[in-house]
Order: sequence, then structure tokens, then C-alpha cells
Amino acid sequence: MTAGLYAARARLNTRLMEKISPGGQVLTTDWVDNYPGFPEGVSGFELVDRMRKQAERFGLEIVRGEVTRLSREDDWILVHMTESTLRTRAVIVATGTIPVKLGIPGEIEYTGKGVSYCATCDGPFYRGVEVAVVGGGDTAVEEALYLTRFASKVHLFHRRDQLRATGILREAVTTHPKIQIHWSTVLTEIHADDRKLVRGVTHLDLKTGQTGQLPVEGVFLFVGQTPTTSFLQGFLELAPGGYVDTDLEMATVQPGVWAAGDVRSKVLRQIVTAAGDGATAAFNAEKYIETRFGYSHAPKTTGAPAGVAS
Amino acid sequence: MAGDNVLHVSDAEFDEMVLKSDIPVLVDFWAAWCGPCQAIAPTVEELAGEFVGRIRVAKMNVDENPKTPGKYGIRAIPTLIVFKGGQVAEQITGAVAKSQIVGALDKVL
Repeated sequence: MTAGLYAARARLNTRLMEKISPGGQVLTTDWVDNYPGFPEGVSGFELVDRMRKQAERFGLEIVRGEVTRLSREDDWILVHMTESTLRTRAVIVATGTIPVKLGIPGEIEYTGKGVSYCATCDGPFYRGVEVAVVGGGDTAVEEALYLTRFASKVHLFHRRDQLRATGILREAVTTHPKIQIHWSTVLTEIHADDRKLVRGVTHLDLKTGQTGQLPVEGVFLFVGQTPTTSFLQGFLELAPGGYVDTDLEMATVQPGVWAAGDVRSKVLRQIVTAAGDGATAAFNAEKYIETRFGYSHAPKTTGAPAGVAS
Repeated sequence: MAGDNVLHVSDAEFDEMVLKSDIPVLVDFWAAWCGPCQAIAPTVEELAGEFVGRIRVAKMNVDENPKTPGKYGIRAIPTLIVFKGGQVAEQITGAVAKSQIVGALDKVL
């Protein structure tokens, strides 16, 4: 979205292709406390809404559509979508990530029936009951804390014996009276009743080898993210894990193609780092279009097309 | 406005407006606090326009109407259910691409 904002302000003819709705993972975030400029924090939805309005104020066109692949035709890049194809000089890939599946029995079958990847969406369905959260990173810990508003007890399962989450979150979660942390423990199965509603989990202690069962009604999985890059296969060589390698200017190995945000190979995936990537990518895309094709601050209708896939 | 084609249905009206409908009904179970629900709302409105006369499109606020979501075991939103002849014909959980919803609607037609 930031790439779109910068590209629109640069007066490039910019289109943001969006599969579902702008915002992605931020939309499922209840409260954002680490994006600067919001001293009280801001809801994920409101932050996305503000970013979208800001970009649209400068003329960013947001188009709903699913990009299926990219290809090259001389100096043009073709963005193939399910219903049409866009010919453009530059593409910024900002497709982000989606939650990783744990891959245990019951997970896919009972998604929406007790298995969830979004505490903000589904937490209120679990008032007064016990739930399980799986994971040890920032998201898992934040969501476990959020769920204490509704659930009578939150069981946090982590396969290691220490959390990866940042200090302030670690403190909060280890001292919270409603949260019990099950260290070095993984879930092996999710059980449901005859209405297919989740009723419990089987867990395995990796150190002792002991298994046990726990009667929970909700299982929230935050075991990592995987990049949305299958549409790049055959066009761009992907890094291990499917991420997109770039240089410090967000350029990929394909001329005219940049990447920004969580989809990139990098250490810290946050809204603020994604926004920084987006600005850098759009700036470099503008310079590339200007020097390579001689378009320069042309009116929007005749400007060089640039696409942002999100 | 496509939004004009979307009904807002309550627990009390559910039987009459959804289960007894003569054409299939897509019900979008949503709540104000759910970001992904806001994300798919425009898609649902578009579909209401595109399928007008063939599929009725309704939204149910799960905060104001706890009975129906409870009955259908809904524990995640957004959940989209297509009812046909009073039965659950298709169910989709989470914000998904429009093409996936269209696929589910085409199946029941």
C-alpha cells in the first residue's frame, strides 16, 4: 500500500492489484502498538483503512483481481490475472504471507469449527471456555493475550523451551494468571464432537515423550507464515521457503520487478518495515521508468504504467 | 448500488427469509470487530448484484443474532453459507477470493 502511495504521488499510472482486500495480515490484527505515530495504538483495520484512503487521495487505483503469473515481453512485464492481462513497465511484488498450516489430523476438517488462524475474528466465540494457542512468536503471544479477554483459560503450546516473542510480550504472557504455557510440547491431533465442533486436543511433551489430552473448544494456530509467491514460479527464482530475494533497493534479479514487505527474504517482518520497503521500491521503480523509458512526470493518463501486486 | 440487493437478516427472520426461500441464499455471518469481514463485504455486495434473481444474498450480524450462528456451529467469521432448500449446501470460512465464492454459488445453481 505504501508502494502504491509513493507511486501515485510520483504521478506514475499505478494500479494496485488486490486478491481479496488491501491490508492482508494487518486486517486480522486486533491492535497495533508498534507503528509510529499512534501513541495509543490503532486497530489493524483502522490503520489499513487510513493507509488506503491516503493512497486513494493521490489517485491510486485499487483493482480486485488475482494475479496468476508474470511474464516478460521485451521491456514490458505482463501481469496475468484470472480475467485479464496488464502490460506494465514495472511491477512491485507486495503479496505478503499467509499462515502456515500445522499439518495435524483435524486441523483442516475443523477450520471454522474451533480451529482458527485469527483471534481477532473468532475470539468472541470462546467466552468462558478454555482454548489452546500454538506458537512462540510475537503473533502467538499477542493473540494468546488477546484471547484472555474471552476465554476462561488459555493454554499456550510451544515446541521449544523459550519464546521467540519480543521482551514486553514475553513478560506479559509468562505472568498472566489466565495463561498456562506448555513448554516443549506440540499438538498431535484435534478432536471434535459429532457436530464437528472442536472439543479437545492431544499433546505430546517432546522432552518426556508423554502424551495427554486437554478439553479445549478452540485451537488457534500461529506457527509461522509462508510467502504468497506461487504466481512467480518460472518467472523469478525464489529463495528457500519461497521468499523473494532483493538487494537493498528492493530490486529483484528481474529488471523492472521489485519486492516489498513480508514477501521478501529478510529478518524483521513488521508493518513499519513493509512500509519502508514499499517507499524504497516505488522510488526505484520511478527512477527506472524515468531513465530507461524517458517518461518523466507525465500527466497520469500518459504516464508509464506501474503495477503493485498485493 | 449493489448494496441494495443485500438483505440484513435476524434470528427471528431466519426461517422465513433463508430456510423457506424459493431460491438459494448466501448468508454472510459477520461482526463489526472483524477486519476480514469488512474485507469481503464489498465482494459480497458485488455478488448480490451479479446473481440477482438467482441467489439471494443476506448478512447476519453474529453479535446481534447469536442463535443462528450457534445452531450452525459457527465459530469463525467471516463464514459464508449457501442455503438451498433449507439445508447447508456450501460453506466457506475466512476471507477468500471472489472466484472461490463464485465457484460455490455456481455449484448450487
